Amino acid sequence: MSAADTLLDAVCSITPVARDADGPVFREPWEAEAFAMAVALNEAGLFTWSEWAEALSQEIRRAQAAGDPDLGDSYYHHWLAALERLVAEKGVAAPEALAERCAAWDRAARATPHGRPILLENDPLAPA
Amino acid sequence: MHEHSHGHHHDDRDHDHEGSELSPMALRVRALESILVEKGYVDPAALDVLIDTYETKIGPRNGARVVAKAWVDEEYRALLRTDATAAIHSLGFTGRQGEHMVAVENTAEEHNLVVCTLCSCYPWPVLGLPPVWYKSAPYRSRAVIDPRGVLADFGITLPAATRIRVWDSTAETRYLVIPMRPAGTEGWDEEALARLVTRDSMIGTGLARTPEEGRA
Repeated sequence: MSAADTLLDAVCSITPVARDADGPVFREPWEAEAFAMAVALNEAGLFTWSEWAEALSQEIRRAQAAGDPDLGDSYYHHWLAALERLVAEKGVAAPEALAERCAAWDRAARATPHGRPILLENDPLAPA
Repeated sequence: MHEHSHGHHHDDRDHDHEGSELSPMALRVRALESILVEKGYVDPAALDVLIDTYETKIGPRNGARVVAKAWVDEEYRALLRTDATAAIHSLGFTGRQGEHMVAVENTAEEHNLVVCTLCSCYPWPVLGLPPVWYKSAPYRSRAVIDPRGVLADFGITLPAATRIRVWDSTAETRYLVIPMRPAGTEGWDEEALARLVTRDSMIGTGLARTPEEGRA
């Protein structure tokens, strides 16, 4: 057996491809929303689909380098990261603005009684 | 923290009956969406329509109709081989990620397998959104270096003489595999045939169902 064959065997024995039935398309609502935002922004002309594929594959490589086993279940994490980066690169929303808005949503959620719709206005620090 | 909580009732984080909680991913999505809506880049109602379309209206049944028609209609099959984009559009399946389609046909001599090694480009208009395994690193890397092993994972063993050809999708070009028509389906109509065409058979990780499997 050649060294290449041995390597191939090693790689292949570790990571079998997991099969599935026709499962749900999105596992959580945020995945669907992130998906739809990318499609809508492409339609709006903010970026081309080639730019999108490039940004997404970069995020996937980055996550793999950081230790993500990348089994497909983290796919929409990569998707959202690519989206945030493109939106920043195109000057639509800087990372700081996104982080600030994240914090506002978090405060709004915590201030919203369980079971009630979470609205940004519920943020106790929101300007009146 | 616990031993102090009796003195700090008003910010006791262990009690969540007071407020709601969003996951970090949900927070990031809400943050981005609310900014995009404010700036007029997206319309929440349009996002809902997109989600509904991809969840319920677009799926592998579209591709199955394309394949079934190619099996019974020689002229359509020829068009599919020469201009898959036009052939697919002619059945009403249009939209993103289907702008430039190429159909590759399985034969006894050659089996086709589709992958996207870079990300997960996939022909949405005919197959819907990709399954989890299609997006996984093991599939993306192994489909290229060990396609026969990948097929074995899917329970498919091809004759040793059958060549396997792997097609790597790009942002511009998407592939649809036309599986071999199962034996024992002579005289079947398109609708009956379409029921034998699985999603995996159009990616190349499966074969079309046999009439016996179709009845099960």
